[in-house]
Parts: sequence; structure tokens; C-alpha cells
Amino acid sequence: MQKLLLLGDEAIAQGAIDSGLSGIYAYPGTPSTEITEYVIRNKEAREKKIRASWSANEKTAMEAALGMSYAGKRAMVCMKHVGLNVAADAFLNSAITGANGGLIVVSADDPSMHSSQNEQDSRFYGQFAMIPVLEPSNQQEAYDMVRYGFEISEKYGTPVMMRITTRLAHSRSGIIRKEGVGQNSLKLPEDLTQYILLPSLARKRYQLLLENQGVFKKESGNSGYNRFFDGEDKKRGIITTGIAYNYLMENFPEGSLKNPVLKITQYPLPEKMVRKVYEACDEILVIEEGYPLVEDMLKGFLNTGKPVHGRMDGTLPRTGELTPDIVEKAVKEGPDDEQKVSDLVQVRPPKLCKGCSHMDSFRALNAALEEYSKGRVFSDIGCYTLSAMKPLESINSCVDMGASVTMAVGAADAGLVPAVAAIGDSTFTHSGMTGLLDAVISDSPITVLILDNSTTAMTGGQPSAALGKLEDICKGIGVKEEHIHVINPIPKEHDKNVKIIREELEHPGISVVIPRRECIQTLAKRMKAKRKVRQEKQS
Amino acid sequence: MKKDIILAGVGGQGILTIAATIGLAAVSKGLYLKQAEVHGMSQRGGAVQSHLRLSSSPIHSDLIPRGKADMIIAVEPMESIRYIPMLSPDGWLITNNTPYVNIPGYPDMNALLPEIRSHHNHIIIDAEQTARDIGSKRSANMVTLGAALPFLEIEMKHLEDALRQLFGHKGEEMVQTNLKALEGGKKATREYQEG
Repeated sequence: MQKLLLLGDEAIAQGAIDSGLSGIYAYPGTPSTEITEYVIRNKEAREKKIRASWSANEKTAMEAALGMSYAGKRAMVCMKHVGLNVAADAFLNSAITGANGGLIVVSADDPSMHSSQNEQDSRFYGQFAMIPVLEPSNQQEAYDMVRYGFEISEKYGTPVMMRITTRLAHSRSGIIRKEGVGQNSLKLPEDLTQYILLPSLARKRYQLLLENQGVFKKESGNSGYNRFFDGEDKKRGIITTGIAYNYLMENFPEGSLKNPVLKITQYPLPEKMVRKVYEACDEILVIEEGYPLVEDMLKGFLNTGKPVHGRMDGTLPRTGELTPDIVEKAVKEGPDDEQKVSDLVQVRPPKLCKGCSHMDSFRALNAALEEYSKGRVFSDIGCYTLSAMKPLESINSCVDMGASVTMAVGAADAGLVPAVAAIGDSTFTHSGMTGLLDAVISDSPITVLILDNSTTAMTGGQPSAALGKLEDICKGIGVKEEHIHVINPIPKEHDKNVKIIREELEHPGISVVIPRRECIQTLAKRMKAKRKVRQEKQS
Repeated sequence: MKKDIILAGVGGQGILTIAATIGLAAVSKGLYLKQAEVHGMSQRGGAVQSHLRLSSSPIHSDLIPRGKADMIIAVEPMESIRYIPMLSPDGWLITNNTPYVNIPGYPDMNALLPEIRSHHNHIIIDAEQTARDIGSKRSANMVTLGAALPFLEIEMKHLEDALRQLFGHKGEEMVQTNLKALEGGKKATREYQEG
């Protein structure tokens, strides 16, 4: 069959399209964004009428996917690792309700924090929820495992997590497609109380989840995705998880690895397979991309068994993504002949684009705050977080989606007046609105800057749910109209903008200032598309 | 056959287009391929790289091991030397000579160029000039790719196939411009080697 050149993310999307997917739900977040984008752009997905568009946040996405599964159809929900924190309430409870139509939760982790504020490992959430977790080691496996994930989700009536990391998400490889399967028809769960998590009912569902643990473990042992490769050198057995297997094999071309290897790509851990390699070998090396989850389980708190090496004893670094070089140091002895980078090379960090509206907004804010002491600006997740760096150095926090507004409330409560929140338009509708309601109820002396560039810029310009709604939302939440201002963040308006912000900083209650100018990247894209249409008309 | 290639430049300079061209050409040739890209935050004017691995046998790692790359293709001179520790001692360093200065403390070209030349196998071309000469100043990335073609072992017909897949929907003219850019780069390498 036809070979497609796909990112790991796209392989998951294509796998879902070919496996009877009826709907995909997501909020954009690196490195997960391309899964949903692929389905949105895919012609075949449109012809099959697969529901594909962005949700307000990961929690609403997770819940909508759960609803589609309730109605008997196959649903996928995608997010970055920290997005799973937002969706966690729905996610953990979905393990109790179970699934009807196949339900796959894709969480894309970002070890080394290329585009994230932490490197949390989603496998812990999978373990916490006690559901099967799939961790493909390559793009083809990612494609194949989506089909398999839907199948076991329906077979055992459970949501299934697929955990990937940045390197797989954003690396391309040839994919061989399978024959497609059709979508499920509408079919409600046989027991219409299944999804009612009233305590009396939830206890029964929880019991069922616990009883299923043995079956899940058996499935991990029998599916064929976890594989044991025997070797004659039993001094050391090696357990890899996910893509770590590739880095190990990179170091041992053509059968030169003599140690037994257990390749894990499915959880819960297959007990028999793990026991086999543990008992056969004198010691174990665990190589995993992410936190030392398997290593910690094998070691146990008292660490009384055989030596287990990995990230916790320094055999591998405790943090960051793996590379073939890092793994080489753990499995081979030899001189460290690392060549240094020339002193001429300077760091070149990401920065706001030339002409970005955020620069004008923060220049105005900096000027308006000049008369106050430093350290008053709570900010959020988006391109504008780059205003933390030189030359702007405007913000003092970036924690989680929406935290700018609520941290400003808390700081103002403590006496830091005025306090400022700087949040993007898409981040505001993701998780800022409820915080603004808190601020209105307590009439906090804070000034909220909603930086409206009319898109979700950082992840590549997805539509913003806030488009055209911001003033109405703020009014509806209860911000007084005279303290809602829309300003135009351009150099020419600088003085006027500074004056408006300065006045609102002095206001002893809640105010909202909305600097509004379209992201220059999406503007350029839009203009290009417009020119194309015009040219086509002319010819 | 095995080619491990590091692509280097600054976000927005068109590295992913180079990667996509080689990638599609490799698939057209029937090779195995892995291509690790950088998406997200670092794309905003920061240093970006892509690891591109082509082979006639299956490839394990998405990332190239240090010191094993067969070539670095860079659209920016300072970025070309950032990845020298990745390059094998007999690997090729192929770079455009036009600096992209968006940081304070950008090194002096009088120090940078000798540093590049100190690497045994190197090609330095003026991709911007060649791109202007063919009347498409935004094709400097494809010119740079063209400069690497003599070391790539991928036939023109596969590259043409790739360009058609990438740009075909924008019209034949776009495909021809990119082909011209590749030829221009190839010629620049020939001239550089002839001194």
C-alpha cells in the first residue's frame, strides 16, 4: 500500500482517520498540535464527516470526547502534557465511567522543555487512572497502535491513553497505511446508569476498574507490542520504554547487542515479561524517555533487590530527553571525546517577531508602570511570555493557563496594588474567564491586559475562541463598561495607550485593557490567501 | 547507502522546506527516512535545526549521534558552526555566507569565515546572490540545498518529483524556479571547488 511521509503526530491522526474515528477534540499545545491540524485539513476526514475543530480548553475537549464515546462512536482527544492537568478531572473520572465507543486520550510530553514549563510524564496519569497506556516507539507503531487502542478501548470498555514525546511527535518517517474501517453507528451504553458517578454507582464502577487490572496486564503481555529479545550476556538485562529502544539499538548495529532486552510500549507493565528478564540477569538497566517510572517500580522504596540502574542512580541524567549519545554513555565504555562548540557561536533564543503587537503593548505597559516599584506583572502562556526577556523584561510570572489573572488577585489581596495581569486572547477564553469572575466578585484592584492578536499564535495560528467576543465576555462577567478599554498597540498611539493604562492602574477596582492588533504572522498568511484568490479571479 | 544530515538556520529561513524536499526525494528513491524537526517556541527567530537521516536499511534513532553526521547544510554561517560537534571528521560543511543578525554580539565575519574554512571539507556560497540572479530572492534556502547536491547521492529526477509534490499546486512556474535554484547552488559549489 501507499507509503506516506508523516510526523509522529500526523501518523496518529491518519491512524485515527483509518480506524473509524468520528470526532477529534483538542486545544493546541506543542508538541500535540499537528494531530488535530492534520485531521482538520484532511480531505478524506472531511468526506467522512469526521468532527474536527478546536475546543476552548483541554477539559472541554476531554468531556466532549467522552460524550461522543458515550454515544457509541470512536473519539480522540489530544493535548500537551500540561493540558492533561487541565483535563485531569474529566480524565480520571472517565476511567470510572469507562468508555462505550472507543476513546483514546493522546498526551504529548515535552522532556527537555523545548516549549513547555515542565517535563511531567503523562504515564503517571495513566497509572493513576489505572487504564491501559500505549507508548509507541516509532511513527509506524503510532499509526498501528491507534487502531489497536480503539479496539481494546471497546473490548474492555475503558479509555486508553497514548503517550508520546516531542521527538516522535515532530519527526517524520514513511508510514504504511492499513485498510480503513467504517465509523460506529450511534449506540448508547447498555446500562444507562453507567456514566452517573453518584457515590453508590461510582463505587461499583470503581470496583469494576480494579477487577479489570488483571485483564489489562494480561493484554500487555499478549498484544505483541511489548517484546522480549533474548541475549547471551546475562550480566545485565536492559528494559527500554517508548522511543528509548531506538537510541539503544542505534548504538548496536546488526545484532551486536548481546544483552537480553525487554522493549516496553504498553502498560500496565507485563508482569511475566518483566519477571523473566529480572530473574535471568544479574542487574537491570532501565532506559526510559521521561521520569524514572519503570525504574522506580522495579527498585521499590526499600531497594532490596538486584541492582537497578537508570536515571535515579546517575547512569542516565535525571532530567531531559534522551539522545543516542546519552544512551551510548550508559551502555558502552570508552573515552569521552566530545568536541566543543566554537566560542564564536552565540545563543540565539526565540523572540517576538519584528512588528509584533505585543511589543507595543508591553512598551506602553512598561512606561505606565515606571512610577511604581518593579515586580507587579503576572503573565501567562503564549508568545507574549517572551516579553520576559531583554529588551522588554516586562513580566514576573508564567505558571499555567489563566494564572495571570488569579495570581494578580492574590497578590493584590496581599497588598500589592496595583497588580497587573497580562494574558492572551485565546488563553483568556481557555482559563482566564473564571479568574476574572473571581476578580469581579472581590472587586480586586487589578488591571487585566487581554493581549488580543486574534489568534492562538504560539502554536501556529489556530483560530481563537475569543474572536469578536472579548468586550461582551468582560461585560457579561461584570466588569464595568467604563473600565473596559480597547487600544491600538502601534507606535503612533504609544502616548495615548500609556495614559489609558496609567489611569486604569490608578482605578481602585477591576479594569480591563484590550490591546487589539492581529498577529503579523496570521495577517501575512491571510493577505497571501487573499492575493491568491484575486490572482485566480483575474486569470 | 547512508546519509545523516544536519540542517541549520534561524526560524523562518526555510529549513523545513529543505527538509521536506530531501525527505520526499528520498521516499521517491525508495530509501528509509527519519526527519526530526523543530516546531513551536524556538521557531520564532531562534536557532533551529533538523536531523535528516536517509538510508537503504531501516533507521533506529530519529536523532543523529554526535560526530556521525555526513554533512551540515546551513542557510546561515554562524548556525553552520553551532553543530560542528555533530559532524564526522570527513563530513561536509556547506553553508550560505549571509549572516542573519538578530542578536547582540554576533561574531565578526573575519573570524567566522576562517572558522568555517578550518573545517577540511567545506563549501561557502553566496546563496542570496544566486537567488537574486535567478530572480527569486526568497529561494536562498533551495540554492543552499543545491550546493549540497554533489554530496547527497540523490538523482535530479527524484528531487524534481519532490518539488512537484511540494509546489505543484502553486503552478509549474514555482517548480521551475526551485529547480533553477537547485541548479544555481550546484553551480556555486562547482565554482567554489574550482577556486
